[in-house]
Amino acid sequence: MLKISNLHARVEDKDILKGINLEVKAGEVHAIMGPNGSGKSTLSSVIAGNENYEVTDGEILLEGEDIGELAPEERAHKGVFLSFQYPVEIPGVSVTNFMKTAINETRKANGQEEMPANEMLKLIREKSELLEIDRKFLSRSLNEGFSGGEKKRNEIFQMAMLEPKVAILDETDSGLDIDALRIVANGVNKLRNEENAVIVITHYQRLLDYIVPDFVHVLYNGKIVKSGGKELAYELEEKGYDWIKAEN
Amino acid sequence: MAFEERVDVNTSLHDIRTEAIKNFEAKGFPTKKEEAWKYTSLNAVLKNDFSVFPKQENALNYADVKKYFLHQIDTYKLVFIDGVFSSFLSSTTHDGLDVCLMSSALTKPKYKEVIDTYFNKIANTDETLTSLNTAFAVEGAFINIPKSKVADKPVEIMYLSTGNEAALMVQPRNLIIVGENAQVQIIERHQSLNENPVLTNSVTEIFAQEYSNVDYYKVQNDVLTATLVDNTYIAQKGHSDASVHTFSFGGNITRNNLNFYHQGERIESTLKGITIIGDKQLVDHYTLVRHAEPNCESHQNYKGIFDGNSTGVFNGKIYVEKEAQKTDAFQQNNNILMSEKATINAKPQLEIFADDVKCSHGCTIGQLDDDAMFYMQSRGIPAKEAKALLMYAFTNEVIESIRIPELKQRITKLIATKLGVNIGFDL
Repeated sequence: MLKISNLHARVEDKDILKGINLEVKAGEVHAIMGPNGSGKSTLSSVIAGNENYEVTDGEILLEGEDIGELAPEERAHKGVFLSFQYPVEIPGVSVTNFMKTAINETRKANGQEEMPANEMLKLIREKSELLEIDRKFLSRSLNEGFSGGEKKRNEIFQMAMLEPKVAILDETDSGLDIDALRIVANGVNKLRNEENAVIVITHYQRLLDYIVPDFVHVLYNGKIVKSGGKELAYELEEKGYDWIKAEN
Repeated sequence: MAFEERVDVNTSLHDIRTEAIKNFEAKGFPTKKEEAWKYTSLNAVLKNDFSVFPKQENALNYADVKKYFLHQIDTYKLVFIDGVFSSFLSSTTHDGLDVCLMSSALTKPKYKEVIDTYFNKIANTDETLTSLNTAFAVEGAFINIPKSKVADKPVEIMYLSTGNEAALMVQPRNLIIVGENAQVQIIERHQSLNENPVLTNSVTEIFAQEYSNVDYYKVQNDVLTATLVDNTYIAQKGHSDASVHTFSFGGNITRNNLNFYHQGERIESTLKGITIIGDKQLVDHYTLVRHAEPNCESHQNYKGIFDGNSTGVFNGKIYVEKEAQKTDAFQQNNNILMSEKATINAKPQLEIFADDVKCSHGCTIGQLDDDAMFYMQSRGIPAKEAKALLMYAFTNEVIESIRIPELKQRITKLIATKLGVNIGFDL
């Protein structure tokens, strides 16, 4: 599904990713953990195509196709989704209108007709119920004045609407209380199937109790320094990141 | 026909006009040497050989100009073609309120008292272009809403230019009196039908009496060869609420001199605008709110998006007199520059002589937020549409306060067209 090889990236003059190799197959959940400043958010931004980062080497393949040169919207059209750590507030554009625009632009790019209004409404109803989102919430301006939990829930709602092939959840657990965490994780789990893949980026093991990974990778200083099964997350939780830092 | 014969020299207007001519002759057209016109030059426009009176009366079919009207709803209409009233396209009334012609108000004896009381009484007689209008204006809208009357439908004031003259200068003159506890909504538009240059120098005087409500919208979406100088003067009595929204998308040079004068307590004044221009267009907002009595509020909110070689000017003056304690005056001016060649000149001016007031102003000039762009693109919205959506969102605060739903739809559509996208929104 997603294959990243020897990925190097920098922002301004600072090298942040120093040779990432990662292969995520359809149906898998991968967790990427690591201390602050290790490059976790940079990795997610680079996969999604944020132009503030310069890719200096390596490649990103989605189903065998190199997406490294594509604009963020083109990657989205091909099925890449990033749940933002800090979703941006867009006053004046309602959640519904934003989603309608996003879905229809994606359909247009893939040579499909716009989604009929009744179908769109049905989809919105279905997915908002999945995330336990109040209908009134959908007519509010996107992320404006949303609580941390509402923002994250809204991100997963967007993921549910767009049905991506590869979803990257960047620190989706930060700012969530336990109830919100459960709703968000439940939403993600219901969206998982044999045709898609999820990359969970997190600092803590907590979220991984709910979204259980097949593989855990530890990112440190721009490189994946350790990979293992879900038990690696517990080991990290127990020993702390100093253990990794000491080894590298 | 000589000019003197067109204007009734026997009325009390004669003295007013004579004074105005003198003032204009002494000062002439404004130049960039004057502080108030520092960024806006009419020189190039004035090189045209404008005719002041059209040689012939021009008629138009409604079908050809329907799109400029708010045709989805019923409105009173005052329509002028090349400065001349078109009874065919208009829909006037004297039934419970007056929506009619300035020329008849200026000449009919029954309006003499009203004209003597209000005509040229709030307009700045010192201002040269206002004087030019006072001297030569023969036509325009006359709207008189009597005490406690709520106008049953909005009034559209439409100035159409046919372009049958090679170059035309028009001097529309509007007088609007909104009686005690009365209400009215007005939409004003100037529209040329082809590329022949038109210079419009319009003066509007509005008198909002106690507890009245005036909701005024200016739609400025003219062709790129049209120049508009809009001089609007609003006198507000106690407890009145007056708001002016200005939507500037078209035109070559558009200068809005918008002046509010407070003459009572507990007044509310609202000045809002959206400017979206490109090419070599220029839009200049020159606002004044003169707080003269205690406990009044004024709110200004102007949004501008400038592309190409366009120029924006915002000069917002808030004057708070010594007596005007507990004034709450707010001014905000946000601008987005879309091109490196676009310019914005912003100058807030606060002159405060009272000591217990709340006055604030904020001015921002920036580009579109990169993070917001990336966020939208990452959801599959292409850069061009994302940009348009963000610009639409940027103007939304002003759009939201339009109180005529059909006009709100129209403005949203104009903005979408102007931004070159189809915003697939429910309106």
